[in-house]
This record gives sequence, C-alpha cells and structure tokens, in this order.
Amino acid sequence: MKMFRQIGAVTAMNFRSLPQRVSTSLVVVIGIAGVVAVLVSVLAMSTGLIRTMENTGRDDRAIVLRSGSMAETSSALDRNSAKLIVDGAGIKHDANGDPITSAETMRILSLHKKDDDSEINVILRGVGPRMLEVRPELKIVEGRMFEPAVTEVIVGKSAHSQFKGLNVGDVVHSRGANWTVVGVFETGGDSHESSLMTYAETLISIDQRGSFQSVTALLDSPSSFQAFKDSLSSNPALAVDVVREREYYQQQSKNMSTIISIIAYVVGGIMAVGAVFAALNTMYSAVSARLQEIATLRALGFGSAAMVASVLAEALILALIGGVIGALLAWMFFNGNTVSTSGGGMGQMVFELAVSPQLMILGVVWACVIGVLGGLFPAMRAARLPVAMALRAV
Amino acid sequence: MTALVTLRNVTKSYVRGKQKVEVLHGIDLTIEPGEFLALMGPSGSGKTTLLNLVAGLDQPTTGEVLVAGDRIDQLSRGSLSDWRARHIGFIFQFYNLLPVLTAEANVEVPLLLTNLSKSERRRRVQVALELVGLAERARHKPNELSGGQQQRVAIARAIVSDPTLLVCDEPTGDLDRQSAEEIMNLLTALNRSHKKTIVMVTHDPKAAEYASRELHLDKGLLTNDTRRAA
Ligand SMILES: Nc1ncnc2c1ncn2[C@@H]1O[C@H](COP(=O)(O)OP(=O)(O)OP(=O)(O)O)[C@@H](O)[C@H]1O
Ligand SMILES: [Mg+2]
Repeated sequence: MKMFRQIGAVTAMNFRSLPQRVSTSLVVVIGIAGVVAVLVSVLAMSTGLIRTMENTGRDDRAIVLRSGSMAETSSALDRNSAKLIVDGAGIKHDANGDPITSAETMRILSLHKKDDDSEINVILRGVGPRMLEVRPELKIVEGRMFEPAVTEVIVGKSAHSQFKGLNVGDVVHSRGANWTVVGVFETGGDSHESSLMTYAETLISIDQRGSFQSVTALLDSPSSFQAFKDSLSSNPALAVDVVREREYYQQQSKNMSTIISIIAYVVGGIMAVGAVFAALNTMYSAVSARLQEIATLRALGFGSAAMVASVLAEALILALIGGVIGALLAWMFFNGNTVSTSGGGMGQMVFELAVSPQLMILGVVWACVIGVLGGLFPAMRAARLPVAMALRAV
Repeated sequence: MTALVTLRNVTKSYVRGKQKVEVLHGIDLTIEPGEFLALMGPSGSGKTTLLNLVAGLDQPTTGEVLVAGDRIDQLSRGSLSDWRARHIGFIFQFYNLLPVLTAEANVEVPLLLTNLSKSERRRRVQVALELVGLAERARHKPNELSGGQQQRVAIARAIVSDPTLLVCDEPTGDLDRQSAEEIMNLLTALNRSHKKTIVMVTHDPKAAEYASRELHLDKGLLTNDTRRAA
C-alpha cells in the first residue's frame, strides 16, 4: 500500500515535469508509433491474404498436378495424362455422362496498374470447355463469355478494377496475339478474380507450348476425394499429385503469408531495435535531468523500487501512447485497402488488408515491450544512484 | 540523559581510482537531545561526509554509528531509507525542492511515506507552512519564491513529519545576509521552542553563533568542541 503510494507519487511528479521534456518524449512516442504502424500494416497483409485464400477453393473439387510440383506454375501434364485423369473415379458426370473437369494452363501477362502505372504480372488462365460447370460460382457480370478458338478473354472483377485496358472492348497485346476483352466475371471474392481467362486450347495453339498444367475436377461429393486420388495414384501410367482444391490454395497462401509475416517481423524487429534505443536515450536523459530530484527523494526516504517503477511507468505510458497511435494509424489508413502482390505459385493477386483487433493488440504489446526494454536500464540507473554522491553534484 | 547520536571510532574512506583515501580518521562524538550543533571547518575537511554518516545517507568504513537507538552502520540500504524517513529531516544548501510541485505539495512529500490520511496530511502541511511563515505562499511553485522563502519551504518539509533530528548542510550558504538571519532565527526557534535537535554544517561563523555547540573539523579530525551557555 505504502509502496504503491510511493510509486504513484513519484510517477505523478515525473509526469508533471514531462512538459519540460516534450520533444525527447515525442521521439519515443513517434518512434514506437512508427514501429507499430509498420508491423501491424504488414501483418495485415498476411491476414488479408489468408482471408482471401480461405474463400478460394471447394472441398468437392480436386486439383491434379504433375507429381512433385508444389504449384500449378511448375507443373506440366501432357494430353495423354489429361485424358487419363478425366477417367478417374469419383468425378461428377453431367446428364450426358461426361466427366465435369477442366484441363488448364496459365501464362503470365504484364499489365499496368491504374493508380501508379507500375507493371504487374497477371495470370491468364486457359480453361477447358466445361469450366463453367466445374466452377459454377463464376458469373459474368458484364459483357459475355469468350468464344472458342478466338482470342477473346474475360477478366476477373478485381483485375478489372486494378489494371488499365481491361474494359469490355479493350484489346490486350500479349503472347503474340491480340486478346479482346469480352466480359468481366466474379467468383465470390476468391483469388481467380485477380486473373484473366480464355480457352486453354486457344492459348496452347498460339504459343505452341503443347501441354496443360493442371486438371481441376468436380467430384460427386467431398467424400469422393479419396476414391479419386486412389484411382489416379494406382494408375501406373500417371505420375500426379491430387489435392483438394481448398487445401491447395490454403497451402499456396500459407507460403506467401509466412513470407509476409517474416518480412513484417524482420522489418518490425529492426525498427523496434531502433525504437528501443530511442526510448533508452530518452529515458536516460529523463533520469539524468532528474538525478537531483531522485537523490532528494531517496534522501527523504523513498525506496529505490519506487524510482525503478516510476521510470518504467513513464516509459511504459509513452510506449502505450505510441503503440495505440501506431495501431490506429494502421487501421485508419490500411484496413480494407486493396493491395496486389505477386509471388508464390499464384502470380499476381489482389486482396484486402485486414487490420484485425488481434493485430492491433499485438502491435500495442510490442510497443509495451519496447517501452519496458527502453526504460529498464535507465530505471536501474535511477535505483542504483549513490545518494550521498548525487546530492553533492549540484 | 542518553545521547541521541553516538559515533565511536568512525572512519570513512573513499576509493579514488586505485587509491584509497581516508577522509575521516577515527571520530568519536556524542550529541545530546535538544542540542543545536554547528559543524565548522575548512573546505574538504570532511564536514559533509560526517553529516551524511549521522543522517544515514552513507555508511562508515569502520566504527559504530548509533542514532536514535539504532546502529545505523549495520542497517541495509533498504531499511536505511525507511529509517531516514522516520528520523531525519533534511535541509540542503540549494533547498532541493521539487520544481514541478507547489510549496504545499513539496512539504507534503515526506508524508507520502506515512500512513496518514489525506486530510491529516493537509493539516500537518498547513501547520508546518504556518510555522515557517509561508502559509500564504502554499500554492506557489519554487521558481516563484525567493531563495530565503524556498529554504523556509524546505525547512517546513524537514519538520513536517516530526523527525528526531534535523540535519542541515550549509543552509545559509546560498542566501544573502538578511535571508540567512531569518533562516537562522527560524532554526533557533525550532531548537528552543520545539526542542528539535539540529546538526548544521556551516562555513559562516555568524551562522554558527546561533548554535549551542560549535564543533571544528580539520583534515578529518575533530579539533575543537565549544559549548555556549544558552
Ligand atoms: N564520493 C567521493 N569520492 C571520493 N572522494 C570524495 C567523495 N566525497 C567526498 N570526497 C572527498 O572527501 C573529502 C571531504 O569531503 P567533504 O565533502 O566531506 O568536505 P566538506 O568539509 O564538506 O567540504 P566543503 O566545505 O567544501 O563542502 C574531500 O577531499 C572530498 O574530495
Ligand atoms: Mg560540504
């Protein structure tokens, strides 16, 4: 009780002298706000990415890749394999008894962003003739579907809003052909909305790279997956990996979100070290400015624990203010912002930053840790002060 | 009458670089309750060092320091600061008030270490400020007060918790003649009317004249001990 009153009294005194130390204290607040803002907004990318990817893929669809290829981009399936895959067990058949599958291939297009004109790689996906049955969630929202055997493309909703020259009627020059945009589609907010689509056969005939990269199959039900997988792996003529579509995309986003998180923690960590030094510097000078006061209080009988606690409390409160400001800045400026990224197996992707409350709390926790680290040594200096000596040094 | 302060064969050494320098060489001293002691001596003779030992701000290298019945040379640093809070009122040459606090808040500081209620603390602060004649300056900050007034606030702070012993290191060292006299009159009144035991280090022979006993320190040794008739 007496202890708390001591700490409270000393901390209150420190705070009253804070106006004389505004500028150095502001350095800490701003520094920590910066660290937290960067950390939270970069982590918001990985949170947003995970959210988007969680929307991509269904349990009753499977994607087939060449054995050992982790992603579509590094996979290749020849026509013969594609035919064999279509005969696998568990695939849903239409009224005519034909399996509902789509053998697909992807190419990279280079497009210019609307906002800063930067060049970004975008996926042009070549799909099979039954693609609409495989992906019933795909809806044309403007224009029409592409026709077979002509260089027509449909563009995903977020690609349409992000890139120049993707309006219906525009022509995209790429891969030695002029692709006419004939429609805009949406797929319920998943990652395909960042891509363009055309017929696989059209794509293959233009650049003569005569193979598919993946086959996506609609299954009878989610539980048919095992049968499908078994039937393909037991076929000696096939060397393929079979993955549930949802798991595939989650795996892909996991790699990327891990990379983003690592970047966030590395950048945030480096900045945090800087902020710790700023806090150290500020708190050391705060303690130096008060050596006389501290010595006087110690002479009057205040304990060294009260000195430690009050310095730590000041550092912590400055850090807390900085942390809250940083988290709020990240939230105000970045929450809901769309960003695009390329990398992993997915090419370019558009998704929303998600500054979740958990992320903001994480940011504030970081701020507090920075504050405590920055306050600890100055606090110990205040505590260890030889009182008699400090009283002489006027 | 039992002595309030007893020093037996006290030495104090400082380590300066690799050298050990003995500043006090075997001091024996007793101070009775109610005494007003002036400690005089040339600069560097060890006055502050001796005062700090009596006040429990520092520990002797050898010897015994008995103050108010406690062997304070044997106390730990933590219990020593509690002990100071209970027994010692400090008056410094440069007042050492906390610049951000008003006069009354400064005077209240030692009471924050007690269990007194807020209203009781306020009452005692009021009494102490009245005693030093500064009740009407209670809400002023130190930088709004003259040196003499600041020292009077410091005296109010030193007496507010009713300590056993007042220690003053050159309390008039930073004051003009007029203010110095006011301070000395105040200390004398505290000694005479309130029976406060006072140990005061001073360079100023005029200030020393107010004391009931004059003690001279030279190169770490007590040389002259004079008692004045009251
Ligand atoms: N912390 C310390 N480390 C080393 N030497 C010290 C220390 N404190 C004091 N001294 C030395 O001890 C001696 C006595 O110092 P002290 O301050 O007690 O003298 P003083 O009589 O109070 O002098 P003054 O009248 O100038 O205040 C001096 O030579 C001083 O340099
Ligand atoms: Mg001195």
